[in-house]
Amino acid sequence: MKFPVPHDVKAKTIPGTEGWERMYPYQYQFATDDPVRNKYEKDTFWFYDGLHYPEPLYPFDTIWDEAWYLALSQFNNRIFMVPPVRGVDHRIINGYVYISPVPVKDPEEIGRRVPNFMERAGFYYKNWDALEAKWKVKMEATIRELEAVRIPRLQDMEDMRVVTDAIGESHGYHLLKNYDDLINLGIKCWQYHFEFLNLGYAAYVFFLDFVQKLFPSIPAQRVTQMVSGIDVIMYQPDEELKKLARKAIELGVDSAVTFSPEWTKVEAALKKLPKGVEWLRSLDLAREPWFNISTGTGWYHHDRSWNDQMNVPLSGIATYIGKIRQGVSIDRPTAKVRAERDRITAEYRGLIEKAEDRKQFDELLGCAKTVFPYVENHLFYVEHWFHSVFWNKIREVGAIMKEHGVIGNVEDVWLLRRDEIKQALWDIVTAWATGVTPRGSQTWPREIAWRKGVMQKFKEWSAPPAIGTAPELIQEPFTIVLWGVTNKSLADWAAVQEAKDPQSITELKGFAGSPGVIEGRARVCKTVSEVGLLQQGEILVAPTTSPSWAPAFAKIGACITDVGGVMSHAAIVCREYGMPAVVGTGHATKIIKTGMMLRVDGSTGAVTIAR
Amino acid sequence: MPLVCWFEECRKEAVPLVGGKCASLGELIHAGVRVPPGFALTTEGTRRFMAEAGIGEEVRSLLAGVDVEDHGALEQASAQVRAAIEAHPFSLEIEDLVAECYRKLAVRCCVPALPVAVRSSATAEDLPGASFAGQQDSFLWIRGVDEVLSHMRRCISSLYTARAIAYRANRGFGDAEVAISVGVQKMANSFTAGVMFTLHPANGDRSVIVIDSNFGFGESVVSGEVTPDHFVVNKITLDIIDRRISQKQLCYSVDPLTQRSRAMEVPFERQRVQSLIDDEITELAWMGKKIEKHYGCPMDIEWAVDKDLPAGGNIFILQARPETVWSAKSQSAAAAPGGSAMDYILSAMLAGKKVT
Repeated sequence: MKFPVPHDVKAKTIPGTEGWERMYPYQYQFATDDPVRNKYEKDTFWFYDGLHYPEPLYPFDTIWDEAWYLALSQFNNRIFMVPPVRGVDHRIINGYVYISPVPVKDPEEIGRRVPNFMERAGFYYKNWDALEAKWKVKMEATIRELEAVRIPRLQDMEDMRVVTDAIGESHGYHLLKNYDDLINLGIKCWQYHFEFLNLGYAAYVFFLDFVQKLFPSIPAQRVTQMVSGIDVIMYQPDEELKKLARKAIELGVDSAVTFSPEWTKVEAALKKLPKGVEWLRSLDLAREPWFNISTGTGWYHHDRSWNDQMNVPLSGIATYIGKIRQGVSIDRPTAKVRAERDRITAEYRGLIEKAEDRKQFDELLGCAKTVFPYVENHLFYVEHWFHSVFWNKIREVGAIMKEHGVIGNVEDVWLLRRDEIKQALWDIVTAWATGVTPRGSQTWPREIAWRKGVMQKFKEWSAPPAIGTAPELIQEPFTIVLWGVTNKSLADWAAVQEAKDPQSITELKGFAGSPGVIEGRARVCKTVSEVGLLQQGEILVAPTTSPSWAPAFAKIGACITDVGGVMSHAAIVCREYGMPAVVGTGHATKIIKTGMMLRVDGSTGAVTIAR
Repeated sequence: MPLVCWFEECRKEAVPLVGGKCASLGELIHAGVRVPPGFALTTEGTRRFMAEAGIGEEVRSLLAGVDVEDHGALEQASAQVRAAIEAHPFSLEIEDLVAECYRKLAVRCCVPALPVAVRSSATAEDLPGASFAGQQDSFLWIRGVDEVLSHMRRCISSLYTARAIAYRANRGFGDAEVAISVGVQKMANSFTAGVMFTLHPANGDRSVIVIDSNFGFGESVVSGEVTPDHFVVNKITLDIIDRRISQKQLCYSVDPLTQRSRAMEVPFERQRVQSLIDDEITELAWMGKKIEKHYGCPMDIEWAVDKDLPAGGNIFILQARPETVWSAKSQSAAAAPGGSAMDYILSAMLAGKKVT
């Protein structure tokens, strides 16, 4: 398969965006003035990381990309010494991230890395549960530290206490330092993120690989089903909503909770009722930490948490109250899921003919089950809890910048790189200290207005799924399962992208996420705030889903996503509810319109549009 | 001992009574698998027929002293014996029993003068080996009780082909020890038919059931004259994981004049229509799974969807035999030496994954 040359793609600059490169770190650029780097880039296969970035990256949001660029690569290449792969390299074109696993090419070097890998990775696998318990302690401490960081406003005259306590430091210094602390905590959190994840995925990926060797036709979703039904905390936020729904009925305040979709009105009504106050107390208990769940994937600053958008959990609670009133069970069918998991596992195992293969199956399944909770749970700690708190802390920094006239709006802060923010803060504190106007108050607003225009043009650009030279072999565990990079998936994506007339497309291909066939009407929800529009039995079409979307799954008949593999949230939840899902279609939200009649085949990964 | 009995009354233990073929049909029915309905004239029935008509004596004298090495003499004796058997009417008792069963069968299938297949069913324990079984005849598209009775006699007489006589003589079986039963079974009037493997014939994957189908009789699929529709069903969950609908230009159907199956063109507008609906695929796969479980090994199965019978009771298994290609291959283990999770992760990581 032929893919475009990266430098050619980059050379076709979108008119009006010339100079966009300064919005991102310089090492992210495809180089034309460095022959060695240029050749490496041309000979390498780069694929668009649509899994994490369905939209172009804002300059500030690049922080998480750099964080995982470092963390994933160091754990692969410098800590666990994964024999055949180093790290994953990154580039950006028009705000879209392209990545590429870097192989170890010298067979002798691979051989030298083997004993190190066996010793180091082996240590983690052997002590998994104990090390994971330590991880939770480290992670929670990091989040608490983040919550404790204060972003001080700059006073015209510093407090008397600075004098009486002989503090010897100003708020200006604290602003600079605390901003650095925020950034450093963010980077540290992402160090922890990858402490277990590579190995967790490896265990999972190679269990999948083994089972597919035994049963070449087994759908990947059947393998993931074998590790389903394990309690993970990603379900907890949704469980809290169910608890609150039950509690509302128990206290007789359910009609107050459901009387409006506006949280502020509901809250005011509840405060007038004695039982309402009691219910609000239960709510407050649930909010920390469970409502720190992002309404998106958590990767973008605009993915706000439930705590930031209380209408979202409120709509979930209202859905569950409605179900309880109708006498419908809202419990997750865990027992059924487990029984089906055990049946499927036993039947597949029963078909394995050789004793040594059965033993290997048991070993790998056991290992996959051990790592599974981490693979799921880390998302809550990092992408949801930490990120939700972090974005809001940066908004506080934005508020200071706005106060000093460097940006016009708090939300403009995302258009600056994190090092540019640091520069602007220096500008602000020195001007504040000196009693002059920050230089940035003239330069940044103009630059931000231009960058907003660039971002809009980036959003309209369609990123090619892959560029560069395709390899014959991929050994990096993430690349295969998480991004689902196979020739077939790339070809399917490319085909849709090349279609002249999107109006004429009648079939979309994705991954078979959860089995079953259903026909129904489409409801396209670009963000979680739109799930309130869902009608019973409709087919949800979303860019991707996350745990905050959970209440939507109580209403829908099937789910289709643009991005994600068989381990993505939508696929996992649909399997739990026993409804079809087709994930990773690439373009469903662009092609499908609300109201279209669809046929979703979650067993083959096909979506048919009736035109 | 009964002279006739229905397939559903037979079990494995009934082999001495109804022969291997009919007993295995009974077994399948009891395993929950639908086969075209029918009945058997038991070995007791054929024995009674031979005895009552005095044929036993006649046959013995005709065969006495024949040199089995003398091909000409053997052929002549065989022809005489078979003519004698085929010329003798059944006793009134047997005729009545067979006629009554045939009438009931026709009523059951809602088809007057029901076309049936008449075939012999040997008692396999007494006479092992395909070399004998192959000698017996099958007669298809037989209609009317008189035709059925006369073809039953032809089945019985097929015990006395020259080769069968020689085979028994060489093996030391007495002709008197020969027991045969005759099965009478509804002809599957296929709307759609084909084959089913309880493993993937391309890669030996035992977790799937693969079905090939076309309109009409299964001949077009078995012979490879058309590219059939192709379905892959997950054996564990019974969902359809892959499908390929082909353009099917011809199919076999019964010619109403000759009562024979013949090739005909599929009307153009039907050529690209899926020849088996999803519910039928699932039900068929479910049957395949049952059959495999019953026999304890991967199976190669012929099946049909009958157009005479209402949906929900019209999918029939015509034949089931152990799959031979993959079962004969010895496959190497997929496990890594050592067998721990780490061992496998390392070896698989070093092997990598082919992208192109």
